[in-house]
Amino acid sequence: MSLLEVRDLKKHFPIRTGVLKRTTGWVYAVDGVSFDVEKGETIGLVGESGGGKSTVGRTVLRLTPATGGSVIFEDIDVMKASHSDLKKLRRDMQIVFQDPYASLNPRMRIRAIVGEALKIHDIGTEAERKTRVSELLETVGLTAEHGERYPHEFSGGQRQRIGIARALALNPKLIILDEPVSALDVSIRAQVLNLLEDLQDEFDLTFMFVSHDLSVVKHISDRVAVMYLGKIVEISDSKVLYDHPQHPYTEALLSAVPIPDPHTERSRRRIVLEGDVPSPANPPKGCVFHPRCPRAQEICTTAMPRLVATPGADAGERHQVACYFPARFTGGQRRVDDAPFKDALPQEQD
Amino acid sequence: MAERLLEVKDLSTQFFTHAGIVKAVNGVSFTLDRNETIGIVGESGSGKTVAALSLMRLIPDPPGKVVEGSLMLGDRNLRTISDDEMRAVRGNDIAMIFQDPMTSLNPVMKIGKQIGEAITLHQDKSKREAWKMAIDLLARVGIPDAPKRVDQYPFEFSGGMRQRAMIAMAISCNPDILIADEPTTALDVTIQAQIIDVVREMQAQFNSGVILITHDLGVIAEIADKVMVMYGGRTVEYGPVDEIFYNAHHPYTWGLLASLPRLDASEKERLTPIKGQPPNLITLPAGCPFTVRCPYRRAECRDTWPELEIVGAEHGVHCWVPEEERQGLRVQLPHFKESVL
Repeated sequence: MSLLEVRDLKKHFPIRTGVLKRTTGWVYAVDGVSFDVEKGETIGLVGESGGGKSTVGRTVLRLTPATGGSVIFEDIDVMKASHSDLKKLRRDMQIVFQDPYASLNPRMRIRAIVGEALKIHDIGTEAERKTRVSELLETVGLTAEHGERYPHEFSGGQRQRIGIARALALNPKLIILDEPVSALDVSIRAQVLNLLEDLQDEFDLTFMFVSHDLSVVKHISDRVAVMYLGKIVEISDSKVLYDHPQHPYTEALLSAVPIPDPHTERSRRRIVLEGDVPSPANPPKGCVFHPRCPRAQEICTTAMPRLVATPGADAGERHQVACYFPARFTGGQRRVDDAPFKDALPQEQD
Repeated sequence: MAERLLEVKDLSTQFFTHAGIVKAVNGVSFTLDRNETIGIVGESGSGKTVAALSLMRLIPDPPGKVVEGSLMLGDRNLRTISDDEMRAVRGNDIAMIFQDPMTSLNPVMKIGKQIGEAITLHQDKSKREAWKMAIDLLARVGIPDAPKRVDQYPFEFSGGMRQRAMIAMAISCNPDILIADEPTTALDVTIQAQIIDVVREMQAQFNSGVILITHDLGVIAEIADKVMVMYGGRTVEYGPVDEIFYNAHHPYTWGLLASLPRLDASEKERLTPIKGQPPNLITLPAGCPFTVRCPYRRAECRDTWPELEIVGAEHGVHCWVPEEERQGLRVQLPHFKESVL
């Protein structure tokens, strides 16, 4: 059984205009996303801004209510959980935010920030909590003395360590990492990524790693889901996805990332996508990617393709793609069929 | 011989604050030729942006001041020419694009008017002519439907389009030098690829020299001809792009390259971070700013800044570790094992 099962998750934000704040439209931030997270793995959610990856993270934790779908964490439906059940769930599911400057209360000492969750959940005595906080700070590479200081006394990388210590306080099973290293300098980024890997091994953690940085996601993830305009367009084991991308968006995204190696850069062929990501308030009809897709055909404008495995390819069942014309790899050879991929066609409602 | 556009010698810029003197840029020298792209790479606080702003004479004074150095644009020293002359240099000779295109465009002025303003200021054109030129420029930087777009406000543009508009404004007076300060950092990768293409095309068209400031070594590998690596206000190493990536001599450059997760890595390898925290620019040592984080530091590092050592064609380094020892150390580093020439 998976630790987390997300089924057809939807989050639509209303657009309100006028004095009466009437709803005049919807932003389809997350629009029918399904995936499983296995215990102990790291799943990466990657894509450009507006793809909905951060919203998935927040909706899974019910930091914001979902519009539809279900999130099952160890047999408990997060969306339907009562207030007290939710409080218990939050012990098991934690989050680390992107901005290490905005996510720590500047008027609280580090000790209070890291220990706050212990206090809320009424764990241990005052003295026990103090020991636990010191222990947590040491776990993330700080010292117990750091606990007496305030957030402004720390650099970005150290603050992110504090955010991680806070997330670890209740011994969670799942941690959602929302762009945890995006605000950090490269030399510090590597420190934090290594720390996360060590913590995962030590405490048997499961990570959902949200990031726009494909190199970082590839490095840390076992599996990766690529999101575009509120949908998962491709999901697979990390290595397979990076070596044999099937969706044209994944291909373009990978080819757009500059590699820090001048020789490699000179020999690479880049797929430059035209135009911008459309607004999630007015997503294109049919496949959400078709207006920018180099492979788009008539059928792509009719309906969003289903996310399904492409049989007969090397990749196997775990590699799923939502495309009528996926690239297929048989014996290392890449080909794109002329006829649309039947399994991706929408099924009749029964 | 390539035409030299710019020669910066011993540039030092300091900020005089209540907490102390911030030595943001400390004795930085470099040159830029026509058609050349120099990448200035470094982390936050390394002084790369302040170096560029010093060139444009845009350092807020007080608290900041260029305390030393000569900035020769041809035979003019940008440090000593009058404010009027400097105003003519900005835009005409040197133009700059910034990281955040939203805050660098005026939100209540139409795009066409903003580009036109730059044109009428530097060239003898009417407003009507400038508007027409703005349309042409927008089309050249790849903005579709330019005649309609020129009449819009910045909020109606996406991030990538705003950066294109900034580039249009920057090239409006055919500058010899284009300074791009983290031009793609706020953008998504697919848009970044578009903007890099635009910068390249514009450079080819105008034969300009480009100074590209970035923390992204991938972008550097993609478009720079030569690279200057900065740390704590100092240039620790400079050289042709291949030399920096395959034959680096400074431990900080090694550290940077080793700490990057790479998209083309075949196996999942553990990253090698640089230990310690970024430097405090007020309490920098007199010697090498990297000393405290450097795994190969020696007795002399902290107090004395090493002289420039030329280690190859156009390749220089400031480091106390002797050359032979560096060679030995470098071949042991995982990053250089495969890529030794």
